[in-house]
Amino acid sequence: MTANGVLYILVFFLVLLALTKPLGLYMANLFEGKRTFLHPLLRPLERLVYRLTGVREDSEQRWTQYAASVIAFSLVGFLFVYIIQRLQGFLLLNPMGFSTGHAPGNATAMTPDLAFNTAVSFMTNTNWQSYGGETTLSYFVQMAALTVQNFVSAAAGIAVAIALIRGFARKQANSIGNFWVDLTRATVYVLLPLAFVFALFLCARGVPQTLKAYQKVTTIEGAAQTIAVGPVASQESIKMLGTNGGGFFNTNSAHPFENPTPLTNFTEILAILIISSGLTYTFGRMVGDTRQGWAVFAAMAFLFFAGVFICYPSEQAGNPQLARLGVATAATRTQPGGNMEGKEVRFGIASSALWATATTDASNGSVNSMHDSYTPLGGLIPMFNLQTDEVIFGGVGSGLYGILLYAIVGVFIAGLMVGRTPEYLGKKIEQKEVKMAMVAIIATAFVILVFTAMSMVARFAKNGYWNPPGPAIANLNNSGPHGLSEILYAYSSGAENNGSAFAGINVNTPWYNLTLGLAMLIGRFGFILPALAIAGSLAAKKKVPTTNGTLPTHGALFVGLLVGVIVVIGALTFFPALSLGPLVEHLVMREGRLFSSLLSVAPGFSPACAPMHRGAAWMLGIWS
Amino acid sequence: MWRQFAPAFRMMLFFTVLVGLVYPGLVTALSQALFHNQANGTLVEIRGRAVGSSLIGQNFTQPEYFHPRPSAAGSDGYDASASGASNYGSTNQKLIDRVKASVDQFRKENPDYQGPVPADLVTASGSGLDPDISAASAEAQAARVAKARGLTVDKVRQLIARHTKARTLGFLGEPRVNVLEINLALDRHFPAPR
Amino acid sequence: MAEARGKAQADTLRKTKTDSMAKRITSRGKIEFIPASKLRAGDVVTCEASDIIPGDGEVIEGIATVDESVITGESAPVIRESGGDRSAVTGGTKVLSDQIKVRITSNPGETFLDRMITLVEGAERQKTPNEIALNILIAGMTLIFLLAVVTLQPFAVFSVNSAGAGTVPSVAVFVSLLVCLIPTTIGGLLSAIGIAGMDRVMQHNVLAMSGKAVEASGDVDTLLLDKTGTITLGNRQAVEFIPAEGVSESEVADAAQLSSLADETPEGRSIVVLAKQKYRLRGRHVSEHEARFIPFTALTRMSGVDLDGRQLRKGAGDAILKFVQEQGGEVPASFTTIINNIARTGGTPLAVADGPRLLGVVHLKDIVKGGIKERMAQLRAMGIRSVMITGDNPLTAAAIANEAGVDDFLAQATPKDKMDFIKKEQGQGRLVAMTGDGTNDAPALAQADVGVAMNTGTMAAKEAGNMVDLDSNPTKLIEIVAIGKQLLITRGSLTTFSIMNDVSKYFAIIPAMFAATYPALEKLNIMRLRTPQSAVLAAVIFNALIIIALVPLALRGVRYRPQSAAGMLRRNLWIYGVGGFIAPFPFIWLIDRLLALFHLA
Repeated sequence: MTANGVLYILVFFLVLLALTKPLGLYMANLFEGKRTFLHPLLRPLERLVYRLTGVREDSEQRWTQYAASVIAFSLVGFLFVYIIQRLQGFLLLNPMGFSTGHAPGNATAMTPDLAFNTAVSFMTNTNWQSYGGETTLSYFVQMAALTVQNFVSAAAGIAVAIALIRGFARKQANSIGNFWVDLTRATVYVLLPLAFVFALFLCARGVPQTLKAYQKVTTIEGAAQTIAVGPVASQESIKMLGTNGGGFFNTNSAHPFENPTPLTNFTEILAILIISSGLTYTFGRMVGDTRQGWAVFAAMAFLFFAGVFICYPSEQAGNPQLARLGVATAATRTQPGGNMEGKEVRFGIASSALWATATTDASNGSVNSMHDSYTPLGGLIPMFNLQTDEVIFGGVGSGLYGILLYAIVGVFIAGLMVGRTPEYLGKKIEQKEVKMAMVAIIATAFVILVFTAMSMVARFAKNGYWNPPGPAIANLNNSGPHGLSEILYAYSSGAENNGSAFAGINVNTPWYNLTLGLAMLIGRFGFILPALAIAGSLAAKKKVPTTNGTLPTHGALFVGLLVGVIVVIGALTFFPALSLGPLVEHLVMREGRLFSSLLSVAPGFSPACAPMHRGAAWMLGIWS
Repeated sequence: MWRQFAPAFRMMLFFTVLVGLVYPGLVTALSQALFHNQANGTLVEIRGRAVGSSLIGQNFTQPEYFHPRPSAAGSDGYDASASGASNYGSTNQKLIDRVKASVDQFRKENPDYQGPVPADLVTASGSGLDPDISAASAEAQAARVAKARGLTVDKVRQLIARHTKARTLGFLGEPRVNVLEINLALDRHFPAPR
Repeated sequence: MAEARGKAQADTLRKTKTDSMAKRITSRGKIEFIPASKLRAGDVVTCEASDIIPGDGEVIEGIATVDESVITGESAPVIRESGGDRSAVTGGTKVLSDQIKVRITSNPGETFLDRMITLVEGAERQKTPNEIALNILIAGMTLIFLLAVVTLQPFAVFSVNSAGAGTVPSVAVFVSLLVCLIPTTIGGLLSAIGIAGMDRVMQHNVLAMSGKAVEASGDVDTLLLDKTGTITLGNRQAVEFIPAEGVSESEVADAAQLSSLADETPEGRSIVVLAKQKYRLRGRHVSEHEARFIPFTALTRMSGVDLDGRQLRKGAGDAILKFVQEQGGEVPASFTTIINNIARTGGTPLAVADGPRLLGVVHLKDIVKGGIKERMAQLRAMGIRSVMITGDNPLTAAAIANEAGVDDFLAQATPKDKMDFIKKEQGQGRLVAMTGDGTNDAPALAQADVGVAMNTGTMAAKEAGNMVDLDSNPTKLIEIVAIGKQLLITRGSLTTFSIMNDVSKYFAIIPAMFAATYPALEKLNIMRLRTPQSAVLAAVIFNALIIIALVPLALRGVRYRPQSAAGMLRRNLWIYGVGGFIAPFPFIWLIDRLLALFHLA
């Protein structure tokens, strides 16, 4: 590690800390229905929404209605994105002619399974990309389909978190707010102003914003170069703020047009965590004890630092195999050193490692360097961040409701150890809360492990429909433990709605598109529905007064407990898998062992014959 | 639940118009007016002809130019319409083979340079379009460029020093040299003997 | 073990339930003999000396001494009489003297004895809410381990193929791994912990109607304690004689003693004793004199003696005042001051007069039980608010409350006040526990979350509460709370311990499983276990042994000390959390060495 790198990380954290309270306070006021300084400007717009959509601003919903609204909205969003993608060849703003006869030679076809995967991906705030943006999508799809989901899926996440906070804050109430109102306010007052200002800033620093076709130039040495451009800035800003992460371009924020300078890099990392961090303060504020919010923030901060300071030194140490070839891996005044494969010179090691940690702490999934090329321990951190359900600041909203579910589990066990029926923020934690929290934690673990395991051994006919390369592991770009990591990372990313990837694996096949799509759906709603159920159940409860016998949930002890629960549950679930992936890869890397290609394909099962898949194929037929 | 579909549909329609069309449209209009150059890709023109973007890396192979980093974008590298990375893991034989080839080629092209090869010069960037190399990587090529252009190494070093961008605010990012810009400066100040 | 003890107890109880004959009084007033099991609620029976009372009921006529040792274990007989708070009798107990008529209040199979038998047998034991929630958590963890282990097989297949070395571990190894990990054994211990908790309550001679009640007592926020018997010794005692102007102290003492000689109430006796101790006035035999004792009546509110022409009286301040004035005496101005001063300090003033002469005042004081202040401090540390219930006036109540160190008091409490107070506390989300014995306590007992009825109390009270204290010792509520807490702590601690164990077990088994495929994994084998076989075997053996080691802890319960929640959590997290993570390492290592020593693996 370099002193400059450490300074970078510390300054970053301090700025994040400084912004937490003002933004958190603003959101608390907003969602408690108070006037904010933006009301004079935006209130007319908010009112327009209600007038045009017929939503009654003052009506409240029970948790079941709230959940139904979330689901209905998501389903409609999915259909919008799916249809717009499938029709992109017939729609406007398609200067490169994707999905038409005059598409560029390197274009990717918009198949039904790809459209399904992408629609699910953006609707669930995952933004996993089985495609390369500049070779697949028209400007219209990027704007009217993807940018829209960047806003509303993030707003839906915030809404759910707010509903859960209300569950804690309210006493013997049967409603938890109104989804449509929360959604509208999160979009109009939080995301839209921030995104608008940020987009202009990014454009000023060099991010393109144009509807013109790709620029054709002839380079100094006389080669032809086609430079992809587009309405990038407007999508980039919300992609970072809404913890979406789906890049305009294939290589996401490593691409100089998404992230041209060190300054844009710094602000973009900040944008990943800012809203989620602010929500911890919103939480404390709305439950009437800001210390509670800071305790959650502290647990997140601890895990954040732990992750960064494992990832960063591992990357800075670099790959011993390259050092043996006479490559300088030590940082000097004139070069970053370390593991530069997949990283950009303008960012260097520290801010790449910081980004990798932050983007997986949150459910962002954007990257400014390629996680697949990280050292094993450097890559373990992003992967473990995903597998612990992205609760370190986390996705906008999802991070907060995620960590609150962990807090419920932690408080339950710890509460018993102080000899009382466990309670959190004055609400008794009973059967229903424990059950729902466990459902959420198990649901994601289930899809990650089961789909990864199936892909390890699934065999498909070569050049068949399901997976043209043949067995599912034939899509890997790396072999040995790193190959296992690639698949494990893919499903972790999908199930946790992250979207980043060990991107070497070719996932644009029906098998991966469908299973990853399912993983995203289960991951998203497997968390949202239990969180809302808990919100409903908590709201209906009385508030137990705090006594000396109450477990304090604002001190260092609670922070330690929360951190412990997150790490232990993550480790218990994924240690076996990780030990055959990044952990063993780290050990063999130091031994100097390399892996070239798979020695043989194991005898496995062939899921293509399973009725489930025939059903899926039939449904695909309808969609196409 | 079905009752929720009507508001869901209307909401989605409204937001598609608001944040899918009005918002990007407004940002486009403002950007084109305020930051015209950046909004269109920060293109660099020589005698009215676009030769590239100063933000997007392009390949240089001739000895009188500074060479950029290896690129995995597109099939031949530096395809600015298909960004991409190698995605090779640390224990991948292909990674070691490729780096070894790069190191060997570098040694062959730069016989005067004896030090260890800077890491960034033999590793593929994340985007495949990295416009920069580290100052050390530029320095490692200085002797070759000087020889190809018939200059003293010091002249080239001065140019490198002039084109080395420091860290923003003193701590953001890494010091770096923009390959296209320094090569344009070379052509401008020390035209290559043809 | 706890179950065995419960069973033995049930057998004894069942023996007492042997089919006795009942003497039922028919509607025409005749007595007929029918088996006790045929009795219905509403029947009236008669019981004489040496009869077994055939069923639960209320005494409607007569008074008798009853041996209740079958239920309470106390050999001393108790009085049961019609009307009032001592009218309840329990089936199976034995009448020792006299004759009573009893109206049966319960049908066969529903009597107190029946319920006690089912309770101690645990047949009716339902899982408590916390236990269910914990079971859900454990089931969830089991599911997670199942997932981790089942999916490990495909991962192993891939790894073996891509490494080109080793073999996929056999099914037996995967099963061993699963067996080591799943916390089902802890699941089994959970119910044992519950039974052990009930048993501990029972050892304190308290009958809990359900495990839920025991658990709820751990949650109690507010404890309602009756002043008399719980906080203070039952009786007031004389502590001082305060003379009126112009009267000597010994004169007051003498008069007070004389007037109390025939007073058999504890207060009266304490006056005699104090006079003896302080002024060496010996008890005199009043029979030597011409003495006429005036008993206390509700009307006069005083008692005393007419002796050698003197009219000695003692009683409430205003009553004596009236008496003195009637006799034509004067009342000194300082008198009311004295009375008020005593009242303000929580004492009861008892005025003494000799005819028209007001002699002075006896200061009767409620004696707070020794150690009560410390117990209240403990309760406060546990986060429990103690509230004293008393019929005294607020002034007196405040003084005693202060002396006893309770947090709050409810003075001049009527049953309705109690009820309202409980409802108010519950409205604020607090859990309330109380003790009670009288019929008028029944509604409050039923309303309270934990209601402990005294066994001496009425049937109504016993029905209303969810625990019955066979010793009728109201202080025991504090112990019950501690047991309830201990129960929850034990559950939480063992679960934490077992989950933390699993983390360390991974370090033993996973490197061993894949040592052949990836020799580099040996670095994770931090225990330096010798061979993969011995590593897996050692982990399995450790797993079996640790369960056995935990059983006594589960039954005895984790040690509980009254302290703040944070302190307790810190302590238990270190012992069972961190300890649970560390403990397996040395033991598995040791087992591995032992296996080597005996050439077992």
